[in-house]
Amino acid sequence: MSEKTDPINESAHATCADGTIAWFVREILPLEAALTQYLHHNWRNKSEIPDLRQDIYVRVYEAARREIPERAKAFLFATARNLMINYIRDESVVPIEAVADLDALAIAVDAPGPDRSVMARDTLRRLQLALNRLPRRCREAVLLRKVDGLSICEIALRMGIAEKTVKCHLTDGMRALADILYAEQPDFRGTP
Amino acid sequence: MSSALTGSAADVEARAADWLMRQRDCGEWSEDDQKAFDAWLAESPAHLIAHARLYSAWSYADRLAAMRPSVVEARAGTRVLPALFGVAAALCIAVFIVAALFGGSFFHPDEKTYVTSTGGHQFVALADGSHIELNTDTSLRVAMQAGRRTVWLDRGEAYFQIKHDAAHPFVVMTGDRRITDLGTEFLIRRETDHVEVALISGRAWFDAANGRARAPSMLLAPGDDVISTEKTAILTRKSSRDLADRLSWRQGVLVFNRTALSEVAAEFNRYNHRKLVIADQSAARITIGGTFEANNVAAFADVVKDDIALHVEKHADEIVISR
Repeated sequence: MSEKTDPINESAHATCADGTIAWFVREILPLEAALTQYLHHNWRNKSEIPDLRQDIYVRVYEAARREIPERAKAFLFATARNLMINYIRDESVVPIEAVADLDALAIAVDAPGPDRSVMARDTLRRLQLALNRLPRRCREAVLLRKVDGLSICEIALRMGIAEKTVKCHLTDGMRALADILYAEQPDFRGTP
Repeated sequence: MSSALTGSAADVEARAADWLMRQRDCGEWSEDDQKAFDAWLAESPAHLIAHARLYSAWSYADRLAAMRPSVVEARAGTRVLPALFGVAAALCIAVFIVAALFGGSFFHPDEKTYVTSTGGHQFVALADGSHIELNTDTSLRVAMQAGRRTVWLDRGEAYFQIKHDAAHPFVVMTGDRRITDLGTEFLIRRETDHVEVALISGRAWFDAANGRARAPSMLLAPGDDVISTEKTAILTRKSSRDLADRLSWRQGVLVFNRTALSEVAAEFNRYNHRKLVIADQSAARITIGGTFEANNVAAFADVVKDDIALHVEKHADEIVISR
Protein backbone atom coordinates (compact mmCIF):
# COMPACT_ATOMS: atom_id res chain seq x y z
CA MET A 1 0.00 0.00 0.00
CA SER A 2 1.94 2.93 -1.27
CA GLU A 3 1.51 6.29 0.38
CA LYS A 4 3.34 8.22 -2.30
CA THR A 5 0.29 10.06 -3.56
CA ASP A 6 -2.46 11.84 -1.79
CA PRO A 7 -5.87 10.76 -3.01
CA ILE A 8 -7.51 13.89 -1.67
CA ASN A 9 -5.51 15.99 -4.02
CA GLU A 10 -5.69 13.56 -6.88
CA SER A 11 -9.41 13.24 -7.15
CA ALA A 12 -10.35 15.13 -10.24
CA HIS A 13 -13.71 16.73 -10.18
CA ALA A 14 -15.94 14.78 -12.48
CA THR A 15 -18.69 17.26 -13.10
CA CYS A 16 -16.63 20.31 -13.88
CA ALA A 17 -14.39 20.65 -16.85
CA ASP A 18 -12.70 23.87 -15.76
CA GLY A 19 -9.31 23.56 -14.13
CA THR A 20 -10.03 26.11 -11.43
CA ILE A 21 -12.05 23.74 -9.29
CA ALA A 22 -9.33 21.10 -9.62
CA TRP A 23 -6.82 23.70 -8.46
CA PHE A 24 -9.15 24.59 -5.60
CA VAL A 25 -9.46 21.00 -4.42
CA ARG A 26 -5.72 20.47 -4.75
CA GLU A 27 -4.38 23.70 -3.24
CA ILE A 28 -7.09 25.28 -1.08
CA LEU A 29 -9.00 22.46 0.59
CA PRO A 30 -5.91 21.06 2.34
CA LEU A 31 -5.55 24.47 4.01
CA GLU A 32 -9.03 24.30 5.45
CA ALA A 33 -7.88 23.20 8.91
CA ALA A 34 -5.46 26.13 9.16
CA LEU A 35 -8.07 28.53 7.80
CA THR A 36 -10.72 27.29 10.23
CA GLN A 37 -8.34 27.73 13.13
CA TYR A 38 -7.49 31.23 11.95
CA LEU A 39 -11.19 32.11 11.74
CA HIS A 40 -11.79 30.72 15.23
CA HIS A 41 -9.05 32.96 16.59
CA ASN A 42 -10.42 36.04 14.92
CA TRP A 43 -14.14 35.76 14.64
CA ARG A 44 -16.21 36.28 17.72
CA ASN A 45 -19.44 34.59 16.66
CA LYS A 46 -18.39 30.97 16.08
CA SER A 47 -21.71 29.98 14.54
CA GLU A 48 -20.99 32.30 11.62
CA ILE A 49 -17.74 30.58 10.72
CA PRO A 50 -19.14 28.09 8.17
CA ASP A 51 -20.83 30.96 6.33
CA LEU A 52 -17.72 33.08 6.54
CA ARG A 53 -15.65 30.23 5.16
CA GLN A 54 -18.11 29.76 2.32
CA ASP A 55 -17.81 33.43 1.39
CA ILE A 56 -14.02 33.26 1.50
CA TYR A 57 -14.05 30.19 -0.73
CA VAL A 58 -16.32 31.88 -3.25
CA ARG A 59 -14.03 34.91 -3.44
CA VAL A 60 -10.91 32.81 -3.80
CA TYR A 61 -12.54 30.70 -6.48
CA GLU A 62 -13.79 33.69 -8.45
CA ALA A 63 -10.39 35.36 -8.33
CA ALA A 64 -8.71 32.14 -9.39
CA ARG A 65 -11.03 31.85 -12.36
CA ARG A 66 -9.56 35.08 -13.68
CA GLU A 67 -6.02 34.14 -12.75
CA ILE A 68 -4.68 31.29 -10.62
CA PRO A 69 -2.78 32.89 -7.70
CA GLU A 70 0.87 31.93 -7.50
CA ARG A 71 0.92 31.45 -3.72
CA ALA A 72 -2.31 29.74 -2.74
CA LYS A 73 -1.80 29.91 1.00
CA ALA A 74 -0.91 33.59 1.18
CA PHE A 75 -3.77 34.41 -1.17
CA LEU A 76 -6.30 32.43 0.87
CA PHE A 77 -5.35 34.10 4.13
CA ALA A 78 -5.20 37.57 2.61
CA THR A 79 -8.71 37.02 1.25
CA ALA A 80 -9.89 35.79 4.65
CA ARG A 81 -8.41 38.78 6.40
CA ASN A 82 -9.82 41.33 3.96
CA LEU A 83 -13.25 39.81 4.16
CA MET A 84 -13.24 39.88 7.95
CA ILE A 85 -12.14 43.50 7.96
CA ASN A 86 -14.94 44.36 5.54
CA TYR A 87 -17.53 42.66 7.72
CA ILE A 88 -16.17 44.29 10.87
CA ARG A 89 -16.36 47.71 9.20
CA ASP A 90 -19.91 47.04 8.02
CA GLU A 91 -21.01 46.13 11.49
CA SER A 92 -18.99 49.05 12.94
CA VAL A 93 -19.56 47.81 16.48
CA VAL A 94 -16.38 45.84 16.98
CA PRO A 95 -13.64 47.55 18.99
CA ILE A 96 -10.45 48.44 17.16
CA GLU A 97 -8.36 45.81 19.00
CA ALA A 98 -10.06 43.09 16.95
CA VAL A 99 -8.47 44.48 13.80
CA ALA A 100 -5.10 44.83 15.48
CA ASP A 101 -5.19 41.14 16.49
CA LEU A 102 -6.09 40.27 12.96
CA ASP A 103 -2.92 41.87 11.64
CA ALA A 104 -0.71 40.09 14.14
CA LEU A 105 -2.17 36.72 13.24
CA ALA A 106 -2.00 37.36 9.55
CA ILE A 107 1.76 37.53 9.85
CA ALA A 108 1.89 34.18 11.65
CA VAL A 109 0.17 32.64 8.66
CA ASP A 110 3.45 32.65 6.75
CA ALA A 111 4.99 30.26 9.28
CA PRO A 112 4.99 26.69 8.06
CA GLY A 113 2.00 24.77 9.42
CA PRO A 114 0.22 21.52 8.70
CA ASP A 115 -0.32 21.33 4.97
CA ARG A 116 -0.70 18.89 2.15
CA SER A 117 2.42 16.90 2.95
CA VAL A 118 1.18 16.22 6.48
CA MET A 119 -2.16 15.09 5.16
CA ALA A 120 -0.57 12.87 2.57
CA ARG A 121 1.64 11.14 5.09
CA ASP A 122 -1.15 10.16 7.42
CA THR A 123 -4.07 9.74 5.11
CA LEU A 124 -4.98 6.22 6.16
CA ARG A 125 -4.68 6.91 9.83
CA ARG A 126 -6.75 10.05 9.47
CA LEU A 127 -9.45 8.16 7.64
CA GLN A 128 -9.38 5.57 10.38
CA LEU A 129 -9.79 8.21 13.09
CA ALA A 130 -12.48 9.96 11.12
CA LEU A 131 -14.51 6.76 10.78
CA ASN A 132 -14.06 5.97 14.42
CA ARG A 133 -15.75 9.20 15.33
CA LEU A 134 -18.90 8.75 13.26
CA PRO A 135 -22.03 7.68 15.17
CA ARG A 136 -22.31 3.87 15.22
CA ARG A 137 -25.19 3.38 12.74
CA CYS A 138 -23.83 6.05 10.43
CA ARG A 139 -20.40 4.39 10.44
CA GLU A 140 -21.89 0.99 9.72
CA ALA A 141 -23.80 2.39 6.73
CA VAL A 142 -20.66 4.09 5.39
CA LEU A 143 -18.62 0.91 5.80
CA LEU A 144 -21.24 -1.27 4.11
CA ARG A 145 -21.34 1.20 1.23
CA LYS A 146 -17.63 1.88 0.87
CA VAL A 147 -16.03 -1.39 1.94
CA ASP A 148 -18.60 -3.98 0.95
CA GLY A 149 -19.91 -1.96 -1.97
CA LEU A 150 -23.54 -2.70 -1.08
CA SER A 151 -26.35 -0.70 -2.68
CA ILE A 152 -28.63 1.48 -0.58
CA CYS A 153 -31.35 -1.15 -0.81
CA GLU A 154 -28.98 -3.89 0.37
CA ILE A 155 -27.74 -1.74 3.24
CA ALA A 156 -31.35 -1.09 4.29
CA LEU A 157 -32.03 -4.84 4.35
CA ARG A 158 -28.82 -5.64 6.19
CA MET A 159 -29.32 -2.98 8.85
CA GLY A 160 -33.08 -3.46 9.09
CA ILE A 161 -33.87 0.21 8.44
CA ALA A 162 -35.65 2.22 5.73
CA GLU A 163 -33.76 3.26 2.58
CA LYS A 164 -34.51 6.86 3.46
CA THR A 165 -32.67 6.39 6.76
CA VAL A 166 -29.72 4.81 4.96
CA LYS A 167 -29.51 7.87 2.73
CA CYS A 168 -29.54 10.12 5.79
CA HIS A 169 -26.76 8.10 7.38
CA LEU A 170 -24.70 8.31 4.19
CA THR A 171 -25.15 12.05 3.66
CA ASP A 172 -24.39 12.66 7.35
CA GLY A 173 -21.31 10.45 7.02
CA MET A 174 -20.19 12.27 3.89
CA ARG A 175 -20.44 15.67 5.58
CA ALA A 176 -18.78 14.53 8.79
CA LEU A 177 -15.91 12.90 6.89
CA ALA A 178 -15.30 16.08 4.90
CA ASP A 179 -15.23 18.12 8.13
CA ILE A 180 -12.88 15.74 9.90
CA LEU A 181 -10.59 15.34 6.90
CA TYR A 182 -10.45 18.99 5.93
CA ALA A 183 -11.58 21.31 8.68
CA GLU A 184 -9.82 19.72 11.66
CA GLN A 185 -6.14 19.69 12.46
CA PRO A 186 -4.58 16.27 12.03
CA ASP A 187 -4.12 14.65 15.40
CA PHE A 188 -3.22 11.16 16.46
CA ARG A 189 -5.34 10.50 19.47
CA GLY A 190 -5.87 6.94 18.35
CA THR A 191 -2.16 6.21 18.09
CA PRO A 192 -0.68 4.66 21.20
CA MET B 1 -22.86 38.23 5.24
CA SER B 2 -23.31 37.52 1.59
CA SER B 3 -24.95 34.21 2.38
CA ALA B 4 -28.26 35.80 1.45
CA LEU B 5 -27.18 35.29 -2.16
CA THR B 6 -26.25 31.64 -1.88
CA GLY B 7 -28.01 30.30 1.18
CA SER B 8 -26.33 29.40 4.44
CA ALA B 9 -23.27 27.20 4.22
CA ALA B 10 -25.09 24.41 6.10
CA ASP B 11 -28.02 24.48 3.66
CA VAL B 12 -25.74 24.50 0.65
CA GLU B 13 -23.76 21.59 2.05
CA ALA B 14 -26.91 19.58 2.81
CA ARG B 15 -28.08 20.13 -0.74
CA ALA B 16 -24.67 19.21 -2.17
CA ALA B 17 -24.64 16.01 -0.09
CA ASP B 18 -28.06 15.13 -1.41
CA TRP B 19 -26.96 15.58 -5.02
CA LEU B 20 -23.79 13.62 -4.47
CA MET B 21 -25.70 10.77 -2.85
CA ARG B 22 -28.06 10.50 -5.80
CA GLN B 23 -25.21 10.78 -8.25
CA ARG B 24 -22.78 8.33 -6.69
CA ASP B 25 -24.77 5.98 -4.49
CA CYS B 26 -28.33 5.60 -5.70
CA GLY B 27 -27.69 3.91 -9.01
CA GLU B 28 -30.24 5.97 -10.93
CA TRP B 29 -29.20 9.15 -12.69
CA SER B 30 -31.25 10.35 -15.65
CA GLU B 31 -30.53 13.06 -18.18
CA ASP B 32 -33.09 15.23 -16.42
CA ASP B 33 -31.24 14.74 -13.15
CA GLN B 34 -28.03 15.84 -14.83
CA LYS B 35 -29.71 18.94 -16.23
CA ALA B 36 -31.19 19.91 -12.88
CA PHE B 37 -27.86 19.28 -11.23
CA ASP B 38 -25.95 21.40 -13.78
CA ALA B 39 -28.44 24.21 -13.24
CA TRP B 40 -27.93 24.03 -9.48
CA LEU B 41 -24.14 24.12 -9.90
CA ALA B 42 -24.40 27.14 -12.20
CA GLU B 43 -26.44 29.09 -9.63
CA SER B 44 -23.46 29.89 -7.45
CA PRO B 45 -19.77 29.09 -7.10
CA ALA B 46 -20.65 28.20 -3.49
CA HIS B 47 -22.63 25.23 -4.84
CA LEU B 48 -19.75 24.15 -7.03
CA ILE B 49 -17.27 24.39 -4.17
CA ALA B 50 -19.49 22.58 -1.66
CA HIS B 51 -20.02 19.77 -4.15
CA ALA B 52 -16.30 19.53 -4.98
CA ARG B 53 -15.39 19.44 -1.31
CA LEU B 54 -17.79 16.61 -0.45
CA TYR B 55 -16.98 14.81 -3.67
CA SER B 56 -13.27 14.67 -2.93
CA ALA B 57 -13.79 13.54 0.70
CA TRP B 58 -16.34 10.91 -0.34
CA SER B 59 -14.06 9.64 -3.13
CA TYR B 60 -11.25 9.52 -0.65
CA ALA B 61 -13.33 7.14 1.46
CA ASP B 62 -13.36 4.76 -1.54
CA ARG B 63 -9.90 3.86 -0.37
CA LEU B 64 -11.55 1.85 2.36
CA ALA B 65 -12.43 -0.78 -0.21
CA ALA B 66 -8.75 -1.30 -0.97
CA MET B 67 -8.02 -1.69 2.72
CA ARG B 68 -10.01 -4.86 2.94
CA PRO B 69 -8.47 -7.40 0.58
CA SER B 70 -11.02 -9.61 -1.11
CA VAL B 71 -10.63 -13.22 -0.14
CA VAL B 72 -9.56 -15.31 -3.09
CA GLU B 73 -10.97 -18.82 -2.92
CA ALA B 74 -7.90 -20.25 -4.55
CA ARG B 75 -6.22 -22.59 -2.10
CA ALA B 76 -8.36 -23.37 0.91
CA GLY B 77 -9.75 -19.86 0.70
CA THR B 78 -6.57 -18.19 1.80
CA ARG B 79 -4.57 -15.34 0.48
CA VAL B 80 -1.17 -14.19 1.59
CA LEU B 81 -0.95 -10.46 2.06
CA PRO B 82 2.18 -8.42 1.45
CA ALA B 83 4.94 -8.81 3.96
CA LEU B 84 5.74 -6.07 6.39
CA PHE B 85 8.06 -3.50 4.96
CA GLY B 86 11.57 -3.69 6.34
CA VAL B 87 11.59 -0.21 7.77
CA ALA B 88 8.37 -0.75 9.68
CA ALA B 89 9.63 -4.07 11.00
CA ALA B 90 12.86 -2.47 12.17
CA LEU B 91 10.89 0.26 13.91
CA CYS B 92 8.70 -2.33 15.63
CA ILE B 93 11.76 -4.11 16.91
CA ALA B 94 13.22 -0.83 18.16
CA VAL B 95 9.97 -0.01 19.96
CA PHE B 96 9.96 -3.46 21.54
CA ILE B 97 13.49 -3.22 22.74
CA VAL B 98 12.62 0.05 24.45
CA ALA B 99 9.41 -1.43 25.86
CA ALA B 100 11.26 -4.50 27.08
CA LEU B 101 13.94 -2.42 28.75
CA PHE B 102 11.59 -0.25 30.73
CA GLY B 103 8.68 -2.64 31.11
CA GLY B 104 5.07 -1.83 30.24
CA SER B 105 4.11 -0.64 33.72
CA PHE B 106 6.78 2.03 33.61
CA PHE B 107 4.68 3.79 30.99
CA HIS B 108 1.27 2.93 32.33
CA PRO B 109 1.07 3.29 36.09
CA ASP B 110 -2.72 2.77 36.20
CA GLU B 111 -2.81 -0.59 34.53
CA LYS B 112 -4.28 -3.78 35.98
CA THR B 113 -3.00 -7.26 35.19
CA TYR B 114 -5.20 -10.34 34.81
CA VAL B 115 -3.68 -13.82 34.63
CA THR B 116 -5.18 -17.29 34.25
CA SER B 117 -3.30 -20.53 34.88
CA THR B 118 -3.53 -23.70 32.79
CA GLY B 119 -7.20 -24.70 32.55
CA GLY B 120 -8.30 -21.32 33.90
CA HIS B 121 -11.12 -19.13 32.60
CA GLN B 122 -11.72 -15.61 33.86
CA PHE B 123 -14.43 -13.07 33.15
CA VAL B 124 -13.38 -9.41 33.39
CA ALA B 125 -16.03 -6.67 33.38
CA LEU B 126 -14.65 -3.23 32.64
CA ALA B 127 -16.07 -0.02 34.02
CA ASP B 128 -17.11 1.13 30.54
CA GLY B 129 -19.48 -1.83 30.02
CA SER B 130 -17.06 -3.82 27.86
CA HIS B 131 -16.13 -7.32 28.85
CA ILE B 132 -13.20 -9.63 28.31
CA GLU B 133 -12.95 -13.37 28.84
CA LEU B 134 -9.53 -14.90 29.37
CA ASN B 135 -8.96 -18.45 28.21
CA THR B 136 -6.43 -20.89 29.68
CA ASP B 137 -2.86 -19.77 30.41
CA THR B 138 -3.42 -16.14 29.51
CA SER B 139 -2.01 -12.85 30.70
CA LEU B 140 -3.31 -9.43 29.82
CA ARG B 141 -3.05 -5.87 31.09
CA VAL B 142 -5.76 -3.23 31.00
CA ALA B 143 -5.22 0.52 31.21
CA MET B 144 -8.22 2.84 31.27
CA GLN B 145 -6.78 6.28 30.70
CA ALA B 146 -8.43 9.60 30.22
CA GLY B 147 -8.30 9.60 26.45
CA ARG B 148 -8.28 5.93 25.57
CA ARG B 149 -8.66 2.34 26.62
CA THR B 150 -5.75 0.01 25.99
CA VAL B 151 -5.31 -3.72 26.54
CA TRP B 152 -2.06 -5.66 26.08
CA LEU B 153 -2.50 -9.35 25.41
CA ASP B 154 0.89 -10.61 26.56
CA ARG B 155 0.11 -14.31 26.36
CA GLY B 156 -2.72 -16.69 25.53
CA GLU B 157 -6.21 -16.09 24.20
CA ALA B 158 -9.08 -13.76 25.02
CA TYR B 159 -12.54 -12.90 23.79
CA PHE B 160 -13.52 -9.22 23.69
CA GLN B 161 -16.93 -7.62 23.62
CA ILE B 162 -16.32 -3.93 23.39
CA LYS B 163 -18.65 -1.08 24.10
CA HIS B 164 -17.78 1.36 21.35
CA ASP B 165 -17.01 4.91 22.37
CA ALA B 166 -15.55 7.11 19.67
CA ALA B 167 -14.09 9.53 22.21
CA HIS B 168 -12.18 6.71 23.90
CA PRO B 169 -10.80 4.30 21.29
CA PHE B 170 -10.41 0.72 22.48
CA VAL B 171 -7.08 -0.69 21.33
CA VAL B 172 -5.67 -4.16 21.91
CA MET B 173 -1.93 -4.52 21.50
CA THR B 174 -0.50 -7.96 21.02
CA GLY B 175 3.19 -8.05 20.28
CA ASP B 176 3.69 -5.66 17.40
CA ARG B 177 0.10 -5.92 16.19
CA ARG B 178 -2.74 -3.66 17.07
CA ILE B 179 -6.50 -4.13 16.90
CA THR B 180 -8.64 -0.99 17.10
CA ASP B 181 -12.32 -1.58 17.69
CA LEU B 182 -15.09 0.05 15.72
CA GLY B 183 -17.93 -1.46 17.77
CA THR B 184 -16.80 -4.99 18.05
CA GLU B 185 -16.80 -8.55 19.33
CA PHE B 186 -13.61 -10.45 18.59
CA LEU B 187 -11.17 -13.13 19.63
CA ILE B 188 -7.40 -12.86 19.79
CA ARG B 189 -5.02 -15.75 20.31
CA ARG B 190 -1.34 -15.12 20.72
CA GLU B 191 1.20 -17.87 20.06
CA THR B 192 4.97 -17.62 20.04
CA ASP B 193 5.25 -17.28 16.27
CA HIS B 194 1.89 -15.84 15.27
CA VAL B 195 -1.20 -13.92 16.31
CA GLU B 196 -4.71 -14.89 15.29
CA VAL B 197 -7.61 -12.45 15.26
CA ALA B 198 -11.16 -13.59 14.51
CA LEU B 199 -13.88 -10.99 14.19
CA ILE B 200 -17.32 -12.13 15.34
CA SER B 201 -19.35 -8.96 14.88
CA GLY B 202 -18.86 -5.27 14.14
CA ARG B 203 -15.65 -3.96 12.65
CA ALA B 204 -12.06 -3.60 13.73
CA TRP B 205 -8.81 -2.34 12.32
CA PHE B 206 -5.84 -4.63 12.37
CA ASP B 207 -2.41 -3.13 11.81
CA ALA B 208 1.13 -2.82 13.07
CA ALA B 209 1.51 -1.23 16.48
CA ASN B 210 3.47 1.76 15.28
CA GLY B 211 1.61 1.78 11.98
CA ARG B 212 1.66 5.25 10.63
CA ALA B 213 2.21 4.91 6.98
CA ARG B 214 3.91 1.81 5.72
CA ALA B 215 2.63 -1.19 7.62
CA PRO B 216 -0.16 -3.29 6.12
CA SER B 217 -3.50 -2.31 7.57
CA MET B 218 -6.76 -4.23 7.29
CA LEU B 219 -10.33 -3.49 8.07
CA LEU B 220 -11.89 -6.69 9.41
CA ALA B 221 -15.51 -7.66 8.85
CA PRO B 222 -17.49 -10.36 10.67
CA GLY B 223 -16.18 -13.83 9.85
CA ASP B 224 -12.69 -12.57 9.00
CA ASP B 225 -9.89 -14.54 10.58
CA VAL B 226 -6.33 -13.25 10.26
CA ILE B 227 -3.29 -15.28 11.15
CA SER B 228 -0.33 -12.98 11.24
CA THR B 229 3.29 -13.99 11.55
CA GLU B 230 6.25 -11.67 11.60
CA LYS B 231 6.24 -11.29 7.82
CA THR B 232 2.84 -12.36 6.50
CA ALA B 233 -0.83 -12.09 7.23
CA ILE B 234 -3.26 -14.75 5.99
CA LEU B 235 -6.90 -13.85 5.84
CA THR B 236 -9.63 -16.50 5.71
CA ARG B 237 -13.38 -16.31 5.92
CA LYS B 238 -15.02 -18.40 8.63
CA SER B 239 -18.63 -19.52 8.71
CA SER B 240 -20.64 -18.58 11.79
CA ARG B 241 -20.47 -22.24 12.81
CA ASP B 242 -16.67 -22.25 12.61
CA LEU B 243 -16.61 -19.12 14.73
CA ALA B 244 -18.94 -20.63 17.31
CA ASP B 245 -16.61 -23.65 17.48
CA ARG B 246 -13.63 -21.34 17.97
CA LEU B 247 -15.42 -19.77 20.93
CA SER B 248 -16.61 -23.03 22.49
CA TRP B 249 -13.99 -22.69 25.25
CA ARG B 250 -16.20 -20.00 26.73
CA GLN B 251 -18.59 -22.85 27.61
CA GLY B 252 -15.69 -25.00 28.78
CA VAL B 253 -15.73 -27.34 25.80
CA LEU B 254 -13.58 -27.97 22.74
CA VAL B 255 -15.19 -28.67 19.37
CA PHE B 256 -13.32 -30.62 16.72
CA ASN B 257 -14.35 -31.22 13.15
CA ARG B 258 -12.13 -33.57 11.14
CA THR B 259 -9.18 -32.39 13.19
CA ALA B 260 -5.91 -34.36 13.20
CA LEU B 261 -5.21 -36.11 16.50
CA SER B 262 -1.88 -34.27 16.79
CA GLU B 263 -3.75 -30.96 16.69
CA VAL B 264 -6.39 -32.22 19.12
CA ALA B 265 -3.64 -33.20 21.56
CA ALA B 266 -1.99 -29.78 21.28
CA GLU B 267 -5.34 -28.13 21.98
CA PHE B 268 -6.07 -30.29 25.06
CA ASN B 269 -2.55 -29.64 26.32
CA ARG B 270 -3.24 -25.92 26.49
CA TYR B 271 -5.88 -26.61 29.13
CA ASN B 272 -4.39 -29.45 31.18
CA HIS B 273 -1.29 -30.23 33.18
CA ARG B 274 -1.75 -33.91 32.33
CA LYS B 275 -0.48 -33.92 28.76
CA LEU B 276 -1.65 -35.98 25.80
CA VAL B 277 1.23 -37.55 23.89
CA ILE B 278 0.68 -39.11 20.48
CA ALA B 279 3.40 -41.72 20.22
CA ASP B 280 3.41 -42.48 16.51
CA GLN B 281 2.92 -40.62 13.25
CA SER B 282 0.16 -42.85 11.89
CA ALA B 283 -1.94 -42.19 14.99
CA ALA B 284 -1.19 -38.46 14.82
CA ARG B 285 -2.74 -38.29 11.34
CA ILE B 286 -6.10 -39.81 12.33
CA THR B 287 -8.83 -37.17 12.22
CA ILE B 288 -11.66 -36.95 14.71
CA GLY B 289 -14.72 -34.85 15.38
CA GLY B 290 -16.87 -34.14 18.42
CA THR B 291 -17.36 -31.99 21.48
CA PHE B 292 -15.33 -32.62 24.63
CA GLU B 293 -14.89 -31.03 28.03
CA ALA B 294 -11.65 -29.05 27.86
CA ASN B 295 -10.56 -29.98 31.37
CA ASN B 296 -11.43 -33.67 31.20
CA VAL B 297 -8.61 -35.21 29.21
CA ALA B 298 -9.18 -38.63 30.78
CA ALA B 299 -12.73 -38.78 29.36
CA PHE B 300 -11.34 -37.93 25.92
CA ALA B 301 -8.76 -40.71 26.27
CA ASP B 302 -11.55 -43.18 27.07
CA VAL B 303 -13.42 -42.22 23.90
CA VAL B 304 -10.25 -42.67 21.86
CA LYS B 305 -9.70 -46.08 23.41
CA ASP B 306 -13.28 -47.33 23.06
CA ASP B 307 -14.46 -45.78 19.82
CA ILE B 308 -11.32 -45.50 17.68
CA ALA B 309 -9.68 -48.54 19.22
CA LEU B 310 -6.31 -46.91 19.79
CA HIS B 311 -3.91 -48.01 22.48
CA VAL B 312 -4.07 -45.72 25.53
CA GLU B 313 -1.63 -45.70 28.46
CA LYS B 314 -2.61 -43.48 31.40
CA HIS B 315 0.13 -42.09 33.65
CA ALA B 316 -0.07 -39.50 36.43
CA ASP B 317 1.30 -36.64 34.34
CA GLU B 318 0.61 -37.81 30.80
CA ILE B 319 -1.56 -40.02 28.63
CA VAL B 320 0.17 -41.78 25.73
CA ILE B 321 -1.87 -42.71 22.66
CA SER B 322 -0.58 -45.01 19.94
CA ARG B 323 -1.83 -47.47 17.31
